[in-house]
Amino acid sequence: MSAPLLRVENLGIEFGPADAPVKAVDGVSFAMAAGETLAVVGESGSGKSVTALALTRLLATPPARYVSGAIQFQGREVMTMPAPELRALRGKQIAYIFQEPSSSLNPVFTIGYQIREAIEQHRPEVRDVRGEIVRALDLVGIRDAATRLGDYPHQLSGGMQQRVMIAMALACQPNLLVADEPTTALDVTIQKQIMDLLRELKSKTNMAILLITHNFGLVSDFADRVVVMFRGKIVESGPTAEVLRHPQHPYTRALIECVPKLGQKQRRLKVIDYAGIN
Amino acid sequence: MTTYILRRLLLVIPTLFGITLLTFLLIRLAPGNAALIKGQTGENGGHAMTAEVREQTIKLYGLDKDPLTAYGDWLVKLAHLDFGQSLVDHRPVLTKIRERIGLSVSLTGSALVLSYLIAVPVGIAAALRRGQRTDRMISFVVFLLYSIPTFVAALVLILLVAGGDYLNLLPMYGANSIDASEMSGPAWAWDRIKHMILPVICLTYGSLASISRYTRVSMLEVLGQDFLRTARAKGLSERRVIFSQALRNALIPIVTVFAMELPALIGGTIIVEEIFTLPGMGQLVFQSIEARDQFVIMGVVTISAFVTLFGYLMADILYVLVDPRIRFE
Repeated sequence: MSAPLLRVENLGIEFGPADAPVKAVDGVSFAMAAGETLAVVGESGSGKSVTALALTRLLATPPARYVSGAIQFQGREVMTMPAPELRALRGKQIAYIFQEPSSSLNPVFTIGYQIREAIEQHRPEVRDVRGEIVRALDLVGIRDAATRLGDYPHQLSGGMQQRVMIAMALACQPNLLVADEPTTALDVTIQKQIMDLLRELKSKTNMAILLITHNFGLVSDFADRVVVMFRGKIVESGPTAEVLRHPQHPYTRALIECVPKLGQKQRRLKVIDYAGIN
Repeated sequence: MTTYILRRLLLVIPTLFGITLLTFLLIRLAPGNAALIKGQTGENGGHAMTAEVREQTIKLYGLDKDPLTAYGDWLVKLAHLDFGQSLVDHRPVLTKIRERIGLSVSLTGSALVLSYLIAVPVGIAAALRRGQRTDRMISFVVFLLYSIPTFVAALVLILLVAGGDYLNLLPMYGANSIDASEMSGPAWAWDRIKHMILPVICLTYGSLASISRYTRVSMLEVLGQDFLRTARAKGLSERRVIFSQALRNALIPIVTVFAMELPALIGGTIIVEEIFTLPGMGQLVFQSIEARDQFVIMGVVTISAFVTLFGYLMADILYVLVDPRIRFE
């Protein structure tokens, strides 16, 4: 692998009282190359979202505490980065889309304004900001983009809202897109549309994508590599096909088995038997 | 939206009927009436009225009629925008109100604007430092101020800065100095401002607590929202996140409360106007109640009721203007 775009080393994040801390992320290390798609898979509370937010130090401190580790993006250390530099990194180099589009958009501003903010923040050279907003909305498949600029988030469906979030994230042409459970709050059909859109955008741009999910079903034909997190630690990682075919860790096996398969009769959904894992 | 406003305005009519009828009956049911009180005080040359004169006065004022008929008469006059005459000095009610309303509006208006200008930033500061020393200090100070009665604060202020015993910086009472009529325009205005400083302080400090706490809670609620994380993830500065993204949401309930405070502008403030001998609406109301000056009381009540209802309508309209999620049906 060439010089990595992102390198996370021994990341440790704690919550709660100092004398009885909860280790949300415990010694996590991974790296991503430019244009690569990496999926971080794990159940709720496994520390995957906390890891994602930590990449640009988005966690509020307190309650969170960064206790160890280094995060290097394009060779620059994020952990010690001064605030102005950090702001230039957020949105411009590393952009996010979140789980719940309806609460992730500010209800009192139009979607056009919210995309405009991102462009004006990071691309002051853009003359025709309005045209750029329309282009961003076009890119994510919103029809009549020019007339929808003035819409407020509540006037759009959940799937449309998530498209707006993606448009906002892509408006500044980031090198890394962090998609934190982008489809969890959406219907299955809309889920597919959003994943198809991300796949299409991935092929159009040379953007790296960090996909956070609990659903192995989304991973198989999307990610180049997979990292499996369990209780704040990485328990397994490797090329997607390999991990799916020969899962080494019992937790990974259990997660894969949790995905219901078409044409297979099951009386009950599989649940994870934690007793057999530790 | 237009239909909604029209419907609301139509609803004002029955409400006004209810308010005025109740007030009219209450005044009539109160012990004593304008004629009796005049008779007692012996305004006619220092002597009490004779029984005969008293009867005549009662008849002249229409106080012998049954309350509902009298209310009907008053309504008919009101329909011609005639608020009647004062029973004390026989001058038109509207003239008496017009003389005093300017002072009350400027006094209460400055206090209202000032208290929001102070309390909203204070509330935001408290929310941003929730649970820290600044937050606790702010709570302590605003509640301390809240619990000081207005008349105590007024007397202490007069004693300290206007009484001459300690500092003699500001005038003690009145809306202007005695020689104000001879002053030039700017000098007169400065004289008026000096007279207003203490009354405005007395009207402002007590309301800081409620407005700042309200702002604090509203802000705290917004600070936990996901869309602020989105704003930060976009690379916006913390200042922009708080003062543009968060504040716009947090101010929604506060703006509408502001509209509901409109009636206070008209009603004036009895205690402060009495202490500082300011000829405003509060003083007029107080004197009219003492003298059972029925038509003046009715005039003030009618106008205040109208402004109150208007304020509530304004609050609803403001809601729609500041929050795009709300629409009139």
